[in-house]
Amino acid sequence: MDNSDPRSSPRKSGLVLLLLGASVLAAGVLAGVGAFTFGYANGLSYLRRDPEGCANCHVMQDYYDTWLKSSHHAVAVCVDCHLPHDLAGKYVVKADNGFFHSKAFTLNNFHEPIQIKPRNRRIAQKNCLVCHKDIVQEMLPESPQGEAPTCVHCHTDVGHRLR
Amino acid sequence: MDEGKHEDSGVSKGGWTSLWAQIPVTRLVFFLTGLFGVTVLATVAVTALLINIYGRKQEARVPFVRVVEVNEATTAPEPWGMNWPRQFDSYQRTADTARIYGGSNSLPIQKLEASPWLVRMYAGYAFALDYRQARGHAYMLSDQLATRRVTERPQPGSCLHCHGSIIPTYRRLGLEALGQPADAPALAKEFNWPAVQKGFELTCAMSYPDAHAELLKTPDGTDKPSAHPVSCIDCHDPETMKSRVTRPGFIRGIAALAAGEGEAPHLPSIERWRKGDRSRPYDPNLDASRQEMRSFVCAQCHVEYYCGPKETLFFPWDKGLKVEQIESLYEGHQFPNGEAFYDWKHGETGAHVYKAQHPEFEMWSQGVHARSGVGCADCHMPYQREGAMKVSSHWVQSPLHTINNSCQTCHKVPEAELQDRITTIQNRHKALVAKAAAAMTEMLDAIRAAQAANLPAEKLEPILLLQRKAQWRLDFVSSENSLGFHAPQETARILAESIDYSRQAALQALALRLPAASEPQTPPPPPAPVQGVTPQGAAPVAP
Repeated sequence: MDNSDPRSSPRKSGLVLLLLGASVLAAGVLAGVGAFTFGYANGLSYLRRDPEGCANCHVMQDYYDTWLKSSHHAVAVCVDCHLPHDLAGKYVVKADNGFFHSKAFTLNNFHEPIQIKPRNRRIAQKNCLVCHKDIVQEMLPESPQGEAPTCVHCHTDVGHRLR
Repeated sequence: MDEGKHEDSGVSKGGWTSLWAQIPVTRLVFFLTGLFGVTVLATVAVTALLINIYGRKQEARVPFVRVVEVNEATTAPEPWGMNWPRQFDSYQRTADTARIYGGSNSLPIQKLEASPWLVRMYAGYAFALDYRQARGHAYMLSDQLATRRVTERPQPGSCLHCHGSIIPTYRRLGLEALGQPADAPALAKEFNWPAVQKGFELTCAMSYPDAHAELLKTPDGTDKPSAHPVSCIDCHDPETMKSRVTRPGFIRGIAALAAGEGEAPHLPSIERWRKGDRSRPYDPNLDASRQEMRSFVCAQCHVEYYCGPKETLFFPWDKGLKVEQIESLYEGHQFPNGEAFYDWKHGETGAHVYKAQHPEFEMWSQGVHARSGVGCADCHMPYQREGAMKVSSHWVQSPLHTINNSCQTCHKVPEAELQDRITTIQNRHKALVAKAAAAMTEMLDAIRAAQAANLPAEKLEPILLLQRKAQWRLDFVSSENSLGFHAPQETARILAESIDYSRQAALQALALRLPAASEPQTPPPPPAPVQGVTPQGAAPVAP
């Protein structure tokens, strides 16, 4: 083992400095490429609520188009139905879906046509009630654990209309 | 200097500097090397992601590069395939027999062996010789050249209206007949509808071998011209790639449908044309919507038509698309020589009967999918994703092979459930066809027995008409390639009528041979009076 004082060896200090410099440089390149990629991929749009941002990823184009034709397009955008309305929940779900959507689309290994996950379906169902609870509360199950068909089971085209 | 001294002076000078100095240099080197490596890997990953996003963005622009010129004479699909390789890839897969036939390249199963009643229904007609399950588009021309219907019996040139990529041949023959230049540049210049019509009529009057020889004489856009099965040019405009229809039989037929009274609620452009001033005939290439064209391109061939030798090929749609509307048209139709229309003389009974071809378009028209605006291509050529690109699959095949892309776009139900629904419909259909086939064969037996009894021909005449009606309906359903799926209720209705006509004919044929039954001596007893559901006394109580 080397027991000598580090400061006594200019050669080793030089190595440390070199590595330090390289790491800083590499980190800078990463930050630069990362920032460019973020910008090129319209990363900021994912933090806003504009529905066009959701169709950045081309898979969502059909769902954006069918939303335009739906009865709800004047009153609700993507995030109104598909994300929780509280601040923390909203960003947790955004991150959750953002990660899995990017992974699926980058690796190209997802089911076609895309299918909503159970946890996301629950969010959508809750969001139906945010607006419509006063009208439909008589039809809801007595306890949150109770089973009931979701609203979109019958009202299939309120959010996305195929024609 | 030793560590202790350094520490003392470090504390007095300032904590951080001394702490920094305390870290052994080897650990620092390891740490920095690791940090550097991780940063490099992360940069590689981010750059890979950037390239991936770039690729997807390029794909989303749906670029294509016209590397070769294609024109109205390019029947060979390969040049088109250089410009539109993705569509061409799936088009080529229509030659794939792996899924349906277990990879065998021999001819598919003989339907006549699987359903012997077909031999009796087609008695006297070439279909009784050879009637196999159809293969993919790639085989349409070679299988036609191989079938015993064509090799052993004379057939007309009109068969090639659908089995070959024939429009430039029509144009060439038409131009020659009209005394105009018909070399490769003239053929490539424009569609020239009058010349195509003229050539179409000329080939319908030819024998099959003669018409096929004409096909081989036409340039196909390559150095070694050959005949092709359905090709890009048959459904696409070479300039714009827009869907279009080219078959004269369809263009005349759909115009006749529009001009007639037949219901067409699933074809809104026809409804619109009917409400207009009708100053020109309905033209699908001008009037139809893009969505309608996604069915019309298929309806150029997957339909009912007359293509025998006595008259130019025609689609019988003047009165509508339903089985009885087509039948009614045939019943009132005369060949140019004045003879009443029929397809062939039945080999067992001598009845003049009609042959149904493969009325997929007509049957689809009666179903719920047509009424919902779902066209042929939506299920049979579903959109498939290639990266960010949506490509319409040109591997035209049963949607059962692509349930996710074909069905789940609308039906948010598991694939197994959808498969089960379809199987249920098709099994019910097969059971009903078997009943209708049994009724049809028993009818033939009964008629033959009546004919053997040497009864006067005029007494048998109405029975032979019933035979034609029964057979026409059964054939219309069994020749249609969806096993009832295109319109389950309509198919069942037609089969019910077929069974009814078969039984009527059999009963009447039997009655001719039996002595007339005498009137009953006593009137039949009156029907029983109305009773309550519960018998007299108390209902039994479970112990």
